[in-house]
Amino acid sequence: MAKGLVIDISRCTGCGYCELMCSFVHHGEFNTLKSRIHTNVFIEKSTAVPVVCYQCEDPWCLKACPAGAISIENDPKTGIRVVKVHKEKCVGCKMCTLACPFGCIVVSDGYAEKCDLCGGYPECVRVCRAGAIRFEETEYGLAAKRKSVAERLLDSYQEG
Amino acid sequence: MWHGWTGNVLRVDLSKPQITIEELDRSSAENYIGGRGLGIKYLYDEMNPSIDALSPANKLIFATGPLTGTGAPAASRYMVMCKGPLTEAIAESSAGGAFATAMKYAGYDMIILEGKASTPVYLWINNDQIELRDASHLSGKSSIETEKAVIAETDPNAKVSCIGPAGENLVLFACVMNDMGRAAGRSGVGAVMGSKNLKAIAVHGTGGLKVADGVAFRKAIYEAYKTIDTEDTEHFHQLGTPAVLALVKEFGALPTRNFQTGVNPHWEKLSGETLATTIATRHNMGLACPACPVGCGRVTKVTNPEFPGEGVGPEYETIGLFGSSCETNDLEVVSKAGFICNEMGMDTISAGAAIACAMELYEKGYLTEKDVGMPLNFGNSEAVIKLTEDMALRKGFGNVLAEGSYRLAKRYGHPEFFMGSKKLDFASYDPRGLQGMGLGYATNSRGACHIRGEVHDLTLYSVKHWKITKDHNVGPVDPLRWDDKPLLGADVQDWFCIIDSCGMCNFMFFLALDEDHARHLIESATGIDMGGYKGLMKTGERIFNLERLFNLKAGLTSKDDTLPKRMLEEPMPEGPAKGMVVHLGEMLPEYYKIRGWTADGVPTPEKLKELGLESV
Repeated sequence: MAKGLVIDISRCTGCGYCELMCSFVHHGEFNTLKSRIHTNVFIEKSTAVPVVCYQCEDPWCLKACPAGAISIENDPKTGIRVVKVHKEKCVGCKMCTLACPFGCIVVSDGYAEKCDLCGGYPECVRVCRAGAIRFEETEYGLAAKRKSVAERLLDSYQEG
Repeated sequence: MWHGWTGNVLRVDLSKPQITIEELDRSSAENYIGGRGLGIKYLYDEMNPSIDALSPANKLIFATGPLTGTGAPAASRYMVMCKGPLTEAIAESSAGGAFATAMKYAGYDMIILEGKASTPVYLWINNDQIELRDASHLSGKSSIETEKAVIAETDPNAKVSCIGPAGENLVLFACVMNDMGRAAGRSGVGAVMGSKNLKAIAVHGTGGLKVADGVAFRKAIYEAYKTIDTEDTEHFHQLGTPAVLALVKEFGALPTRNFQTGVNPHWEKLSGETLATTIATRHNMGLACPACPVGCGRVTKVTNPEFPGEGVGPEYETIGLFGSSCETNDLEVVSKAGFICNEMGMDTISAGAAIACAMELYEKGYLTEKDVGMPLNFGNSEAVIKLTEDMALRKGFGNVLAEGSYRLAKRYGHPEFFMGSKKLDFASYDPRGLQGMGLGYATNSRGACHIRGEVHDLTLYSVKHWKITKDHNVGPVDPLRWDDKPLLGADVQDWFCIIDSCGMCNFMFFLALDEDHARHLIESATGIDMGGYKGLMKTGERIFNLERLFNLKAGLTSKDDTLPKRMLEEPMPEGPAKGMVVHLGEMLPEYYKIRGWTADGVPTPEKLKELGLESV
């Protein structure tokens, strides 16, 4: 089963630590604009939502890339599947940024870049103390979400 | 080459007007780090401390630290410094939120504001494009409306620091506000901004921050990050600062009825646990400042049809003053009063304290219904909400309250009912139950501050991680003991000078981190050598002593290092601290001696030489 980033909005405090460390490990500087994950904070709604590449099954960016610089890489050892940009082939044309419906691929410092799952050890997960970003089997995350919905239903059922 | 620091200071003369960018003074940066340290260094060098705080001669400095905007845990702070109008002493108020990070990314360590604009303006900093813009259409707008309006006029990603109506109306304890409810709260820094006709500062920064040694810095981050992952942190994550209430109550130090007692039998109605299950909009969690593993910020909703509202807060101090000291014992009232303070841009501690003081004057017959315009017994929730609004707008009796409780108590002939020191109101801790807090209240540079000599945290939280005093080898800290507090207090004050200067939030340190974490982060970010533990603490001591020199020049003396008669002479009537007074008379001379100050509280020439301050 493929592992991926699992976002739990109910736990996100909007601290943006994920953004800071992402930009630092990939660009050597703290700059949230250069991060591949972005936390949007809605103070009045008391909610924060991290947005990051979900590694599409059939990636829009890959299909749009005229240079053939984007491919799907499967690592049989780790079970990690990642949509990857090959920097040496990328010409910085930005077609991928137009194609991605989620704004999760950007052209920065001349090349397209997106979440690469840090080779299987995502830095954003390391600094998310609240547990809003986890790296796990995506099916596990969905199962947990379904269970939490069921629990809420159970509560209201019992209250009723 | 600058690492950690950006190396730029933005200076804005509002009178001329003139905008200049200058290089940060390298030796000041190395000797005073940033934030509170650099702030006092520049203020002391450039300004006569005896000036009137609300005159154009006062300078207002927004200062970040070298770690602000980096991935050091909770490194999101900036300090707002000037001479405080409430205290007529040094003002050094700190705020979190995303504003300071934006300042660094735009390329500035500090913003120095001088003079006074002839009409209301706001400062718009878009990286290196800087302009003053007309703000007359923003006059009278709340801090939240102002923030939204300025963002709409500038850039959707801009971060805004501003004042509300309280700052414009020169309420002596007005705050500088940012990010919808973060406040540089105390001493009236917002009134100084108001006196300069400066409504807001908006910043948009797209640059990044580089550190001197990336590998070492990343290691230091993770060492700190791992250390901070404790049960205490989780407790704070779940309950926010209101978690403190249940701890303070254990020491019988929860201010009740303007500090007449430290025991509030209704404390459970006000606790962090109650807040989490009633008015909090998120169960057991809140929102965080940048890079913070705690996330103490609460968001609450008040459904009472008389005074509905929704917003950020309340903090523990707000609960202690509006809830317990005013004896409303109702979290909805507290939260609503907090919302008003946020919108108006007003310090919740001093606002709550002013009402509590007025309530005592009223109940004892020194203040009449005619003076106030309504009955003002303790627990009158309606009056609390009405007066909070009125003081921001200086309406009716609110105009008297807007001067703060020191001036209120004096005006009605009973200065002994002012609960504070150096004209700054006590935070939500009765020092009779926490002797170290008593010494801190009396000796902290900005007055009765609960943070800058945070000895109480040694008692509130587990002492095991507290290594600051490793040279002094103190055992477990007993809150009612006073003989060990002078040494401990001085040490903690120096240490907090470092925390407030580096750009990190002090919560990281009272929860888990120690001076080694701070030093490794500062050294690997900036590339400077702090000179080990001793060098680091010496830097803190230098900052503290320079603040003392500022206050002495401002006209303060050792007579101002004092506490109200109630704390010194009236024993605590009940509870765990029953029978206690603050033993300041025993602590203060010893404290001066440890500081290397004369019996009159003046740093000796030898001490100044040791700290490299002989020339000032």
